[in-house]
This record gives sequence, structure tokens and C-alpha cells, in this order.
Amino acid sequence: MDVKSMHFLRNARKALADPTLRQALRRTEAKFVQGRAEALRELDDPAAVRAHATAIRDEVLARLDAWLEHFEAQATARGATVHWAEDAADVQRIVIDIARRHGVRKAVKSKSMVSEEVALNEALEAAGIQVVESDLGEYILQLAHEPPSHIVAPVLHKTRDEIADLFAAHHHQPRQTDIAGLTRQARDVLRPHFLSADMGITGANFLIAETGSVLIVTNEGNGRLATTLPRVHVAITGIEKVVPTLEDAATLLRLLPRSATGQSITNYVSLLTGVRGVHERDGPEHFHIILLDNGRSRLAGTALAPILRCIRCGACMNHCPVYQSVGGHAYGWVYPGPMGAILTPAYAGLERASPLPDASTLCGRCAQVCPVDIPLPDLLRALRRAEHQALLRPRRERLLLWLWRGLACHPRLYHGLAALGVRLLAALAGRRGRLSRLPGAGAWTAGRDLPAPAGRTFHELYHRGRRP
Amino acid sequence: MSARQRILARLRAVRSPGNGPAITARIAAHPRGPAPAAGGDRVGRFRERAQRLASTVAQVARRDEVPAEVSRYLAEAGLLPRLVCWPELRDLDWAGAGAHALFRPAGPSDPVGVTGAFAGIAETGSLMVISGVTTHATTSLLPETHIAVLPASAIVDTMEDAFDRLRREARAWPRAVNVISGPSRTADIEQTVTLGAHGPYRVHIIIVEQA
Repeated sequence: MDVKSMHFLRNARKALADPTLRQALRRTEAKFVQGRAEALRELDDPAAVRAHATAIRDEVLARLDAWLEHFEAQATARGATVHWAEDAADVQRIVIDIARRHGVRKAVKSKSMVSEEVALNEALEAAGIQVVESDLGEYILQLAHEPPSHIVAPVLHKTRDEIADLFAAHHHQPRQTDIAGLTRQARDVLRPHFLSADMGITGANFLIAETGSVLIVTNEGNGRLATTLPRVHVAITGIEKVVPTLEDAATLLRLLPRSATGQSITNYVSLLTGVRGVHERDGPEHFHIILLDNGRSRLAGTALAPILRCIRCGACMNHCPVYQSVGGHAYGWVYPGPMGAILTPAYAGLERASPLPDASTLCGRCAQVCPVDIPLPDLLRALRRAEHQALLRPRRERLLLWLWRGLACHPRLYHGLAALGVRLLAALAGRRGRLSRLPGAGAWTAGRDLPAPAGRTFHELYHRGRRP
Repeated sequence: MSARQRILARLRAVRSPGNGPAITARIAAHPRGPAPAAGGDRVGRFRERAQRLASTVAQVARRDEVPAEVSRYLAEAGLLPRLVCWPELRDLDWAGAGAHALFRPAGPSDPVGVTGAFAGIAETGSLMVISGVTTHATTSLLPETHIAVLPASAIVDTMEDAFDRLRREARAWPRAVNVISGPSRTADIEQTVTLGAHGPYRVHIIIVEQA
């Protein structure tokens, strides 16, 4: 997928002017925020589960090389083939090779953000392999030729009327707007694809080192179909997804669906190990697991390393005031919201994603709700520092920061100018007590008034108050 | 150098000092994390949680009462008693309950699949179903109605308990372990929950008190 993150400001403005999108975002927020809070209450001590989950992720990441090697050995011993990919091009080449070797003409896909990261559909189609997305949301997006706007609810930006139009145009059936009817229609259209596909492509929520298994969570059952019916199963995932044991997976599963959609568990948790046994009547004959790096190993040992704990629940975006205002497409790549504002610069390069670390109020809600305690605002601040050092911010902003730093290093000058400033602003505001226009800050005051300062600085009031 | 060697080399270069317990020792110990308090009526908790996730649950005293319960459930749902069952259910008197049962993997046009279950998980009201030569994965997946026969003795508190039992009892590790929690569903369109996406529309669990 092309990175369009440098156009964040333009895309955000467009999103803010879209009333349908705003309505969809409000609906999603209400559902996901409340759902998560209620579901977490079912755990007697959610903080303890979170601390344990965080420790599991940290333990693996501290020695990721050894855990990956153990996973590879176990998976191989049970009949899977493990491939390693440095980048998107590697994954594309590996999947196309597998497809050619097994005479694959059609692949059916379960939802996978990593496959979006490596633009797999386009590559397979260019190689003459038909790809059918089977997650309802991803299927709708494939028909609409649009990228997902949320990592869990990819099509939240579309209304049922838009989907009804899309289905009527593609399915050659009478238009209907009933959600159950639309879902039934997609099921009926997609079922023959599951039955005729030669390859199933999925992601992996976790890789279990103990058993060499791929674990996927789904609600629709498409993940099960894609890993039960086709001859070949290809699972593509990031190298950071390893957990040691089945118990560790069970701990993380207490948090992942609750944080994502407010479910106590997803409908299906599928643990897939090896290939169809002798005399078995279902399951793939070939199982390929592709481990993608694409920038992940370069984060290990850096200030951004905690983002590798991420289990892709989407809670950070569901609780982010910026995401809730502009939606996922404005972020311009695969991963939106706070985690996306870190992953996009980390994987695609800071220079291609420069405004994203600034698309945050640093209010800290994302860090509060993260099930693996990633200090997202700290990581955003680290990226802002890197942006500044790489001269990626506008000259005017850098000049202002330089001036402010100069002032902050000279307290007497700072206090003097501050005292002057608050008096000036108070005088400008007059008896109204608010400023509706401010030279040099027109963008800020375009949307709201600035409450005028009291006319004395905090320091002045503090010192006066302390006098006997 | 291969991609594998390059990736592993980069990770090794930044590996944290201190090795911690050896990987094999850590796996052998497989410590558990905190789980919600169990205790009390495990079967009752399983029933309540399963129903909350839109499964229906019935309870029979003995295994030979299962065919009659299946017929009753299907009649009530307005469905024909044409079944595809796991071979382990072959000994039951299906004809006597007015049902037509076949013992083969389910195909795309079979309306009702009847399976056993390796375990029930009380914490979430889930079934754990494992694939194998006679426990076909398609039977709980392709038909629009899935009926599962679950011995009360197979209901455990947590997923960890079920995995532990699997470690002890599995002769060979199964290709697919599926934890099933109610009928398939989607909320992709306007975040409105709709039952019956790509998997079954209905999941009916029959708990057998005496195994």
C-alpha cells in the first residue's frame, strides 16, 4: 500500500467536512469505548492481567531471536514450512512462488493487516492469481477499491446505503438495505469461492513457540474456512507475534477481544499446527508461515521498542480524540490512530510520515487503555524529537521553538516577557475576557475563542500570596 | 546472507543482557496468568456464559437421550432432522428419534452437523473442538446449524485447563484446535451485530450429565 501520510493535514480537513464519516465515528466510539469498559470488568483484576500480558510480551522481545528459532523448529517438526521476509517484496515473491509451485489459481483471504502492509493483493493479481477477500468488511472494501480505515472494523466509514449500492452493482441482485440480508448475500456469494480456492491466506494473532502453531481469532468463521478447505494455507505475520506457551496465549486472549470490540472472547479462536494427517479428511496439505520483518528488528533496542508489544486490538484509536475526529484514512497508510502514528514512521520512514507524530494531543488516553501498557505518548514525543532533529518540521515552527528555548534558558527575561504578554492579552480582550482573533494563531482561533489571561502571571500571584 | 540470518543477526545484536531461564525450561514450566475466580457451579456458569454468547443449551441425564433432544430442538427451530454426525455418535438410536443421520464429513449442502467436543470452558461458555481422522473440522463449520454433545465431566474452568488436558491426553497434537463461542457473527456493517456470517447461524449445546 502506498504511503500517503505526508498529506495528513489535507486529508484530515476533508474528513472533518464529511458529516457521514463523523456520524460513523461517533457511533463506533460509543460502542467500542463502552464495550471495552464493561468487558474488562468481567476480569476480577484487569490490572493484574494487563501486567502479566505486558511481562509476557517483554520477555519474548528481550530474546526474540531465540524464541523465533524455537518457534521455527517446532513448526517445522510438525510439518509447516517457515519463510523469512525482510520486506514487502520478499513476501510477495514468496507467496507467488508457493502459488506457482502448487498450481494455485485462486486464493481466498481472511483479514490480515500484514498483507495490507505488503500490498499482497495487487502483487498476486499482477501474477495472474485471483484473490478474494472474505472478511465481510474487507470484501466490501475490495469491491469499492478502498483501503481499510480501522484495523478491527475496516469498513466503519461506510454506511449501509453505500454498501447496498455496491452489492447491487456487483451481485446483480435486487438492492436491499437490511444488514442481515446484506450479510447473507455476501455469504452466498463468497461460499463458492471458499470451496473452489486452492490457497487460503491468513494473518496470525499469535505464534505459539511451544507447539509451533499459528493462532487466529475471528468472528465470522472465514478464518476457519480459509484454513480448512483449500489445499494450501499461507499465514503471514510480523516477527514480533511470538508468545512462549498456550497459557500465555490464554492470558493475551483475555485482553485482546475485550480491548478490541468489548467481547469476552471472539467466536472462534483457531490454533493451527502442521498439515493434514494421514487418513484425515480436511485441512491443508501444505502449510507455509511467512515471518515478516519490514522494519521491526530495527526497532528492537531503540526508544520505540515498546511498540513491538502491540497486539493490534485498536483500543488506542477507539479512544483517541484525533482518530475519532478524522477517521483512519487521513493517516494515509495501513495502521491509523496512535499505534499507526508510531508504526508508519517506524516502518515506512519518518520522512514519508512526518506529520503523524504531531497528530496527537498527547492526552494520554491511548496509554491508559493499551492492554500491553505501551507508553504511546512517550513514543510520539521521541518521534517528534527525531522529526525536529531531521529538520522535517516547517522553518517557522523550528524558529519559534528555538526562540522559546532561548527564553526558557533565561528566567528573568522569560518572566519579564510573560508579564508583558499576559497584560497585553488581557488588555486586548477587554471586558469580554476572551479573544476571538489572535495574530499569528488564526488557525487556533478559527474554531474557538481564547480565554484571556488574568493580567498577572502565575509567578507574580504566587509570590504575592506568599508574602506575610 | 539469507533474510533469516540477517533478521536474526539484527535481533541478536540488541538482545538484552542476562539470559533469564532457558527457553525449554520456560516452556516446560508454562506458568499461568491471573484468571477470574472460578468455584461454585461450573456447569451452571458454562450454561449462563454460553447463552450470553447466543448458543442455546439443553441438558440431558444420559447419552442415549441425545437423539430425542436433537429431534426436539430441530422441530422447534423448524428444521428437518437430516444430520451429518461425527462417527463417535454412530451407536446412538437416531432412527428411533425420527432423525436421518449420516456419519461422514459435512459438505456444503448439509443443513445440520452434530459433533462431540473435547472440552467446555466455563469462563467464556465456549466449546473446544479438535480436528482428527474421525472428528471432522467441517462438521462444526459448513452446516447452518451446529449441534454439539458435551459431557458435563468435560467442562473445565478456563482455557488453560482445557489446554492442559489436551497436553496430557492428545496422542498426536491435533492439526486444528477450535474454541467455538456461539454462532458465527459480524458487526462490520454499521457495527450492528448480525448472527450467521460464514459459519453456522445456530449453535446448540447438549450437556450430558452422566458420561
